Amino acid sequence: MPPHKIGTEAQIVQFTNCRILRGHELIWEDLWIREGRILDPEKLFFEEKKSADVKKDCEGHILAPGFIDVQINGGFGVDFSLTHEDISAGVALVAKNLLAYGVTSFCPTLVTSPPDVYHKVLPQITVRNGSSKGAGVLGAHVEGPFISHEKRGAHPDSHLRTFEGDAFQELLKTYGSLDNIAIITLAPELKRSHEVIKELTSRGVCVSVGHSVSHLKEAEEAVRNGARFITHLFNAMLPFHHRDPGIVGLLTSDQIAPEQQVFFGMIADGIHTHPAALRIAHRAHPKGLVLVTDALPALGLGNGRHTLGQQEIEVDGLRCCVAGTNTLCGSVASLDTCVRHFLQATGCSVETALEAATLHPAQLLGIEKQKGTLDFGSDADFVVLDDSLNVKATYIAGDLVWKDKTFSH
Amino acid sequence: MRLVILDNYDLASEWAAKYICNRIIQFKPGKDRYFTLGLPTGSTPLGCYKKLIEYHKNGDLSFKYVKTFNMDEYVGLPRNHPESYHSYMWNNFFKHIDIDPNNAHILDGNASDLQAECDAFEKKIEEAGGIDLFVGGIGPDGHIAFNEPGSSLVSRTRLKTLAMDTILANAKYFDGDLSKVPTMALTVGVGTVMDAREVMILITGAHKAFALYKAIEEGVNHMWTVSAFQQHPRTIFVCDEDATLELRVKTVKYFKGLMHVHNKLVDPLYSMKEEN
Repeated sequence: MPPHKIGTEAQIVQFTNCRILRGHELIWEDLWIREGRILDPEKLFFEEKKSADVKKDCEGHILAPGFIDVQINGGFGVDFSLTHEDISAGVALVAKNLLAYGVTSFCPTLVTSPPDVYHKVLPQITVRNGSSKGAGVLGAHVEGPFISHEKRGAHPDSHLRTFEGDAFQELLKTYGSLDNIAIITLAPELKRSHEVIKELTSRGVCVSVGHSVSHLKEAEEAVRNGARFITHLFNAMLPFHHRDPGIVGLLTSDQIAPEQQVFFGMIADGIHTHPAALRIAHRAHPKGLVLVTDALPALGLGNGRHTLGQQEIEVDGLRCCVAGTNTLCGSVASLDTCVRHFLQATGCSVETALEAATLHPAQLLGIEKQKGTLDFGSDADFVVLDDSLNVKATYIAGDLVWKDKTFSH
Repeated sequence: MRLVILDNYDLASEWAAKYICNRIIQFKPGKDRYFTLGLPTGSTPLGCYKKLIEYHKNGDLSFKYVKTFNMDEYVGLPRNHPESYHSYMWNNFFKHIDIDPNNAHILDGNASDLQAECDAFEKKIEEAGGIDLFVGGIGPDGHIAFNEPGSSLVSRTRLKTLAMDTILANAKYFDGDLSKVPTMALTVGVGTVMDAREVMILITGAHKAFALYKAIEEGVNHMWTVSAFQQHPRTIFVCDEDATLELRVKTVKYFKGLMHVHNKLVDPLYSMKEEN
């Protein structure tokens, strides 16, 4: 598109015969697009006195904002934390394949790694909008290395770090640069973590608490300093205890200013979080729930044995185990699968299920004016869904970037 | 004058919609021949708009060669305010049909020179060749458009201060806060509507019964501005049973006896599918 092209000349597309998610409701309403953004058709009618150039019949389907995954370690055989791979190409491959799951933006996620890995990988995870080539990249989510030894999970112990001396400079040196980082997961009980959280927040990086043995008091302090996310709630943290609810207690804390919204990631694949736990979290703090896949490189590879890293693994449906064992080794559920599971497991409304993968992650990252809604002026990144929330088509900036064989667009 | 009495609101709305539909199709509008339609807002015409939209969606009626002129708009209310008549027309009618935005005219209550806006509106109507069919509703006090009681019966499009009754009635749309209710509006005049070749007034509900009585059984009176249409050669009042409660039995019986004649105006219902 030539840069001098002015708004009033661009094609106006009207998606008709659809229910759209707007204002927390599914409403029978047309969706109007121009130049990759969602248009206010009333303004167009009365001020510009224009109508649509093209109308597209959506056959009564649901139109929802594109899904946003803020925690995904890889997929389709690509591991974002492995330096021997061409990470740029890997991110591009995952981005392309995520379109079929309705994902229009994501945060490639790195597990705890030595500094040289960050220095090599992070510059390749450039923030960019999505296109027909693939979902957009919102920046990296780095889990670790400033996390708890006890709750490191699968993160390699030898690369864990603590804050010493000039804590923030330490962190900068570790990652190399904050430029491509959207989210940092750290353990708030680490000494000097609070000054780091403040500094990161002031620089626009979203701080998430997780992989931590933090008690509630420390977690609340972290939130007061700017932390706004909880990494995969229930996993890699102290279990909920009624006299010390730990990080889980943030969901109902009264020590946090009401305007300071806390979000929490949930792996709603039906395997990593028990449906009852999912319901507890949802009912305690519905507006903070963010669905994440925490997907492994085995996402999208299908059933069977795969070699990943040094390990042989076996995928059977959504279960992914070390080959020959029953040891779970991560999630292979796509985000649209998680949305459907969340809907079914909690009995929440379709709107609520969709917002957990759209509006909430966008609010978490402070990008809800551009992504995660179908409000006027937002990016026209959206998915076409049937009533069971199966993805029929994916659009980015108003362009069709993926479609199911059965869908006619 | 014709008085068409239907059993209830839905049937009255449908009758009115059928009448408008037939009028447009019989006119045979085209590129050089636009049908001009005057349009009201408020709760009464909603059912009529719904039916017109239905005819359009079924492919029976197109507004491609229709020009519309709305009766009125609040002054100082932002165009995109949910209670503005721009919003009303967009949400309840225009967004559902195929009208060219250039042919849909609504007074701009935020114009810098309000009287100039009113004069320009009159001129646009004139340039469109006058109004073929002006559809209107009335208030319980018998006002047509915002021609409140006491308005001149030869008035033209102008700025009007709203009657306290109207402001109080509107408060429910503005969080019950009187200070938020617009106190002025731009409105076509009684004379502007009188110039239309045909006028159709929708009156439904028991709360409008006294106004209907004043409109047709008493004399022409500027305190009940809708009564002016007694002097229009082609006026049709479409009402439901409830709205006739204050009329004399004789009046109601007479017009009900004419229903088989009046129904010929809407039966058969024309379709543009057949025209083409």
